Amino acid sequence: MVPEAEFQSYYGRPVLKPPVWKEPYGPAYLYLGGLSGVSSVMAVMAEFTGHDRLARTARVAAAIGAAAGAGLLVAELGRPARFLNMLRVFKPTSPMSMGSWILAAQGALSGVAASTELTGILPAVGDAAVLATGLTGPLTATYTAVLLADTAVPAWHEAYRELPFLFAGSALASAGAVGMLATPRAQAGPARVVAVMGAVVESVAGVVMERRLGLVGEPYRLGKAGGRMRAARVLTAGGGLLASIAGRSRTLTALSGLALTAGALCTRFGVLEAGRTSTADPKYTIVPQRQRQAV
Amino acid sequence: MAERMGFFTDTSVCIGCKACQVACKEWNLLPDDGFVFEANSYDNTGALGANTWRHVAFIEQSRPVPVDDSADDGVERWLMSSDVCKHCTHAACLDVCPTGALFRTEFGTVVIQEDICNGCGYCVSACPYGVIERREDDGRAWKCTMCYDRQRGGLEPACAKACPTDSIQFGPLDELRERAEERVERLHADGQAEARLYGESPDDGVGGAGAFFLLLDEPEVYGLPPDPVVTTRDLPAMWRWAGAAALSVAGAVAVAFASSRKGARR
Ligand code: SF4
Ligand code: SF4
Repeated sequence: MVPEAEFQSYYGRPVLKPPVWKEPYGPAYLYLGGLSGVSSVMAVMAEFTGHDRLARTARVAAAIGAAAGAGLLVAELGRPARFLNMLRVFKPTSPMSMGSWILAAQGALSGVAASTELTGILPAVGDAAVLATGLTGPLTATYTAVLLADTAVPAWHEAYRELPFLFAGSALASAGAVGMLATPRAQAGPARVVAVMGAVVESVAGVVMERRLGLVGEPYRLGKAGGRMRAARVLTAGGGLLASIAGRSRTLTALSGLALTAGALCTRFGVLEAGRTSTADPKYTIVPQRQRQAV
Repeated sequence: MAERMGFFTDTSVCIGCKACQVACKEWNLLPDDGFVFEANSYDNTGALGANTWRHVAFIEQSRPVPVDDSADDGVERWLMSSDVCKHCTHAACLDVCPTGALFRTEFGTVVIQEDICNGCGYCVSACPYGVIERREDDGRAWKCTMCYDRQRGGLEPACAKACPTDSIQFGPLDELRERAEERVERLHADGQAEARLYGESPDDGVGGAGAFFLLLDEPEVYGLPPDPVVTTRDLPAMWRWAGAAALSVAGAVAVAFASSRKGARR
């Protein structure tokens, strides 16, 4: 337990502004980006290993995830009509600028890969595109952790080591879940393995993060965010366990896939809420800075 | 680039008249923030925001103030301080802005181009002082420009112009820093041991603020963070961790497929 911290503030008012990113847009985008990114990597590997049916699912999931995610991002802008200003500059100091370029590439490539798969037109172009998503996919799935961490929001910034792994695990579980839900069981073996690995990574990263953060980890345990993080943990662990035996029946597959999807969503919504909570109470801003100065 | 210009806000002579806050609103045509009674001394504004670019904080304290040897215990102290965007040397808002709407001017200040901002809100979460904010009806982010338009016309910013006690001083940052050093030494000599500068050091977490302060208490008493750090300082480390996670994703998927291919052959 973290002892109650003593600190001064200006009438208890927050020092920081709350994040403007709102539910459901922000967290749903985080989920879809993860789904798209890992689905692309699965599409590449499925191509190499001759898992044709799974390759098709993965290509389509990657394209839908990227397109829907981009739509949510645009909808969340204060000035949606100016979304193209995102591609006005290429700015390495801004994870959102880098992310916009990554997402633009991922969206275009996965769109091409899915449409050639579904129409059968120009398959070679589609194969080249899918290969390229082998690069953009993992970035799409993990850059969002840098996006959140590169802020003054205490619960996000201080978690910059674990967040990428939490998001990577969540993305693996998301894509594994969709892969097994949308592919005949006999051909979904690798998707189930991906799902299990994702559940393990997501669970471990979550626990490590909350432990290491100390006071700033409190928002992940308390209130609405805490409830979501706990729900995420239960759903993800349960879904992961089920995924390991889901090859046996359709019911198990459905249960596992849905639990993992719900778990991944809870993680994303929980992380957003924890960030908001950590800006609302000046304690999370002032106390760690004081402690830092004391050393 | 011309000389770097700045603000030195000496709160020891602030009288809480809010002339700066009003002058800023008038010059910059800022909308009202609603009329709310906050019951926080004379402050019904609360904080800097999209429509408040100068904010006067009021703190009523009753505690001993060492005036001279015969000082009473329990003398009332009334702190006032006019807060503003810090125009950081390493400005997180500017670093993270994905559209290039935020830029560094020829005066070394940080300004938003409102015709480019698309309201992504990234700067809002990046600022370690909670200065910049999105105007909800308009969708774009707004903050102090250090009166970029007035400066280009050779005038001093509206707040500094209006300040009747010269609590807000505008000028070349180097000069202001020297003047502030002298002022704080003078106050110390007069027995005001708690006088301190805030944001004046180029070695702090934001590389020094272009708008810095002389305070009479801890920064957090005025609603300021005690040790702000520009978030992008850790950006290379963040990308390294994300890169490791990205490789792990690729590795995990590769292992998943490799292992089940072996299974299929058997
Ligand atoms: S105080 Fe905040 S808004 Fe002002 S320059 Fe620094 S980071 Fe930007
Ligand atoms: S809200 Fe506007 S000024 Fe702020 S980061 Fe986004 S585009 Fe830049």
